[in-house]
Amino acid sequence: MAIIEQTDLTPAPPSPPEPGHDHGGHGGPGPSAALTNPKLAMWLFLASDCLFFGAFISAYLLYRGREQDGPTPRELFDIPFTSATSFILLMSSLGMVLALAAIQRGDHRRFRLWIMATALFGATFVAGQIFEFTEFSRKGLSLDTNLFGSSFFVLTGFHGAHVCMGILWLLSLWGMSTQGRLGPEKAESVEIAGLYWHFVDVVWIVIFTVIYLMPQPGT
Amino acid sequence: MTTVEKAPPVSQREVGLLRRPRATTGFASWLTTVDHKKIGILYVCTALVFFVLGGVEALLIRLQLFGPNGTVLTAGQYNQMFTMHGTTMVFLVGMPIAIGLGNYFVPLQIGARDVAFPRINMFGYWVVLLGGIFMYSSFFLGGAPDGGWFGYTPLTSAPLDSGFLPGRGPDFWTMGLILLGVGSTTSAINFIVTCINMRCPGMSLLRMPVFTWMMLVIAFLTLFAIPPVTVALTMVFFDRNFGTLFFDPAAGGDPLLYQHLFWIFGHPEVYILILPGMGIVSETLPVFSRKPLFGYAIVVFSGIAIGFLGWGVWAHHMFVTGLGPVAISAFGLATMLIAIPTGVKIFNWLGTVWGGSVRLTTSMLFSLGFIAMFTIGGLSGVMHSVVPADTQQTDTYFVVAHFHYVLFGGLILALFAGFYYWYPKVFGRMLDERMGKLNFWTMFIGFNLTFAPMHFLGLWGQPRRTYRYDEGLGWETLNQLVTVGSFIIAFSVLVFIVNAVVSKSRGQVAGDDPWDGRTLEWSISSPPPEYNFAEVPEVHSRDDFWHRKYTEDDEGRLVPLPSGGAEAHAAAGHDGHGIHLPSPSYFPLVTALGLPILGYAAVFQNVWIALLGAVVLLYGIYAWAIEPAD
Amino acid sequence: MTKRSWRRRVLLPVVGILSLAVLVAGCGPDNSQNSLQPAGEEARKIDDLFMFVVVIAAFIGVFVVAGTVYAAIRFRARPGRDDRPKQTHGNTVLEVGWTLLPAVILAVVAVPTISLIFDLNEPKKPDAVEIIAVGKQWWWQFEYPAQDGEPRVITANELHVPVGREVFMKLRACDPSLPGECNVIHSFWVPELNGKRDVMPGRQNTLSFTAEKEGVYFGQCAEYCGLSHANMRFRVIVQSEDEYADWLASQREGPAVTLAEAGEAGNLFAAKYACTNCHTTEDSSLSVYGPNLTHLASRSVFASGYYKLTKANLVDWILNAPSMIPMESKECRLGLGVPGVTCVGMPSYVNDTPPGQPTMTRSEAVDIADYLLSLK
Repeated sequence: MAIIEQTDLTPAPPSPPEPGHDHGGHGGPGPSAALTNPKLAMWLFLASDCLFFGAFISAYLLYRGREQDGPTPRELFDIPFTSATSFILLMSSLGMVLALAAIQRGDHRRFRLWIMATALFGATFVAGQIFEFTEFSRKGLSLDTNLFGSSFFVLTGFHGAHVCMGILWLLSLWGMSTQGRLGPEKAESVEIAGLYWHFVDVVWIVIFTVIYLMPQPGT
Repeated sequence: MTTVEKAPPVSQREVGLLRRPRATTGFASWLTTVDHKKIGILYVCTALVFFVLGGVEALLIRLQLFGPNGTVLTAGQYNQMFTMHGTTMVFLVGMPIAIGLGNYFVPLQIGARDVAFPRINMFGYWVVLLGGIFMYSSFFLGGAPDGGWFGYTPLTSAPLDSGFLPGRGPDFWTMGLILLGVGSTTSAINFIVTCINMRCPGMSLLRMPVFTWMMLVIAFLTLFAIPPVTVALTMVFFDRNFGTLFFDPAAGGDPLLYQHLFWIFGHPEVYILILPGMGIVSETLPVFSRKPLFGYAIVVFSGIAIGFLGWGVWAHHMFVTGLGPVAISAFGLATMLIAIPTGVKIFNWLGTVWGGSVRLTTSMLFSLGFIAMFTIGGLSGVMHSVVPADTQQTDTYFVVAHFHYVLFGGLILALFAGFYYWYPKVFGRMLDERMGKLNFWTMFIGFNLTFAPMHFLGLWGQPRRTYRYDEGLGWETLNQLVTVGSFIIAFSVLVFIVNAVVSKSRGQVAGDDPWDGRTLEWSISSPPPEYNFAEVPEVHSRDDFWHRKYTEDDEGRLVPLPSGGAEAHAAAGHDGHGIHLPSPSYFPLVTALGLPILGYAAVFQNVWIALLGAVVLLYGIYAWAIEPAD
Repeated sequence: MTKRSWRRRVLLPVVGILSLAVLVAGCGPDNSQNSLQPAGEEARKIDDLFMFVVVIAAFIGVFVVAGTVYAAIRFRARPGRDDRPKQTHGNTVLEVGWTLLPAVILAVVAVPTISLIFDLNEPKKPDAVEIIAVGKQWWWQFEYPAQDGEPRVITANELHVPVGREVFMKLRACDPSLPGECNVIHSFWVPELNGKRDVMPGRQNTLSFTAEKEGVYFGQCAEYCGLSHANMRFRVIVQSEDEYADWLASQREGPAVTLAEAGEAGNLFAAKYACTNCHTTEDSSLSVYGPNLTHLASRSVFASGYYKLTKANLVDWILNAPSMIPMESKECRLGLGVPGVTCVGMPSYVNDTPPGQPTMTRSEAVDIADYLLSLK
């Protein structure tokens, strides 16, 4: 597990409570944690990240149809191709679910299989994106061609960077599993990686809809 | 102080580099500590250094404006000064001091032994320190940022060769702020998780001290305010360096988009700065009046309401950009609405003091000064919500006066109230009260001398961000007064620094509870033990520690309990053995070190530096992740 | 003297005199740039509304500040005074009261605010004078559109308008005559005539004002626009209808002295120092890179509106403009449109001379200044 630190603060003895739960066993009106610390932290990070993509998507929407010269989206998009890679990315979420289920059962063999499949699906998506970028650039669209180029590349590029981060994360989980460092108590770290991975997928659904599926202005 | 015992089992292959550092004293311990209290001290001290730097910049600005056509600074230097003054005071002083005090006192006030993520906490500190150093290094690497703390496009975003803002200043500015945003976001997440998950038994949300409440509110504000500005800054950086056209009007780009994104961040940012100040005086006023906070619930809800409404008023920074009458009317009204919860707080603070037994300590003087000055700042704020009046006032010295009344008269006075209030807890010794009074009165007089005349200068037509003014415009006398006032403030800050340094070794020994406090931090020794609470406290009411000491008779008058605070003293016998604390770690520092290196790589567009930064960053994250848990 | 009577005899009069002084001085200097001394219809309405709010705010401010001071003194702990105050936790009636009271006061402020917002945004009147202001780094170009077959007039730094008639300003950062030539954000502000309005690149902002009195009013750019933002001043010259019409007609005429007639000075101006790369002295309807100089001598200020148009100033300016107004103009003599050349403003003709180009002598500058000052 990379970004999120397992809370290494255990409360007072005697009983070793579960991580993040500082108040287990106490009566009274004390608060009880619905989410463990790392999970809550990941949810908060994702909420923040929502606004990050939200701002880029707003900029993209604002600038739709404002390109002055250079190729327009209609001349460039290959919807079937992008739909296929998007489908692969969505399928990776399924792999993530199965990987999590496996690790929760303690089935490391299946876990490694599914986590690798998830990472590969993600990598396929990124490869498709790289292919698309080179194709667009061959057809004359780059960052500085027009507003479409600027907002398209930056938005999808940052999403791609998120996917790449996720792949690194999944691979490190795979590595930890092979080294036997991913015991059952660390199943939660897989769950957190899964939260991130599903989030990145969901964001792609929004981006895909906004960029590729919404009718292009002027059609 | 007892340090952690129980040498943890270190497995064979984790010996060496991965072994966690052990030192809890000495210089090395400050580099690797994960103790929220030490981190809090680091934050505040770092912020105070930047406060002095930002203050020196302000003094240079004031020297330049002492008379017409000043020649102390060149135009270019002046523009760097006001840009860095604003950026420093907002991002390197206001936010880190609040985060620092929060770091120290939020866990103490909620009865926790540490924050939820000690290492991420340390990482956040290093990012702020290194981000500040990164930004300041621009002075030696081709010129500091000179596009204003708001960095409006297309001035900042036009490519280097357009000549609008030559030099690397704006690149340092965008990269530096993105870095600081990373630090703030991690701190915000940490605060929220700590406040939600780490409260001691009985500490329901509506029993949390108001300071902790306000830190929770600003953590949410930070969490959602940083992403829009990160996006805006990213676009500016790409426009300048990679040829994107986001804010290039000739290509159809809209500079107004930048202003929207910036102020969607920028206005909540104002509340991120002021709410901790409100939290501090909500602690000090009851203690020094020996009365509970008047209307605790409504003070808390007003704070939350300010936090919410803060998202709906950003365009009041853009009243003269031509948004159209309907939009500006709506934003004007929304801005007026914020005055309501703010007014409620002010009246509740007055209600707290009213009928109390008021001890006019330095901390109390600063708190009372806060109420008065913040009220004036709030009233001039209402004048800005009167849109037609704002079209005369915006971008003049009237606005400068307004937000300094809010941020200096508000935040800074409240922070000093907090310093005098909490210093005994942190260092075990009192700050000197006589120097404190001198500190307060010079700051109060200097502050008003500096900023009150600016109201008039603005109304008389003096615009902001101008490095010189013509003679014969009738602005000379007031500008001289302002400059004199600013030096009185500088003297006052000097008095504080001397006081803080001298009192650390010579101050009167404080004892656990020098002010007869109300909240949990006063129930433990000063300075607190590393593990904070020998036994995790269980609270039964708001101001629980107070109710351990006092009860009320039938008329509602205070009656001391014979066993006042006995529980706390009983607990002091506990030597902390067996309390398991997180071990220090190198890797927050290593990971944080990767970020400014990447920043330099981006500014100078150097692949090799980028590779170095990426290696450091990834190594830091990797080592952090597999670091043994203790 | 007891403490109490000291307060009454000394403190009160001092405070009284001080506040009176603040009130009297509050209206401020007669500096032609003072928003508290309005000379235009719009500025007057704004000032009236502002003063209304100031009175309310002052009342609340004095109440709160005095209340704070009073509470601190009245309830301070003293030896012999009971330090066991009554523990009040709140008072719902009071709290609801002071939630509602600000709301009511704000409603009182909101009504005239909204009505004035819409009042100030009324559409252009039919008889309004329409003028285009273009914000440049760091000066203002004013364009009087072509009318009744007469050509347009382009001038700089001085805005002539008739008294008593609405002036409708179209504010542009992208020069309509020079496609693709966009500047940064500026803000058009003449405090005594109206509030400010930003000049936004890519947007079509407008601002109207109606001057009530003849005279000269100062304006200044109010949005930070880079190095010499502080110098970006201009003046509005409010004239009677006749004077205004005469001025406009005289601006439409050709140059008093053509380049050819100017002889050696014309040669220096057009050829040797290539001033015509950025300026024109021949045609007042041309929008070029720098200020149109066809009728320069009819103006009273130049150079971002910061300097009086005197021969001494002009000679210094021609020789070494960046020493008078800071500019990013080191490379300007290399030529406009050359890739990699960053150039904002006017170059020095005595420092940083590029290889192969002449350095200007003072007598040459005097010649050019004499020629320019003949352009009435």
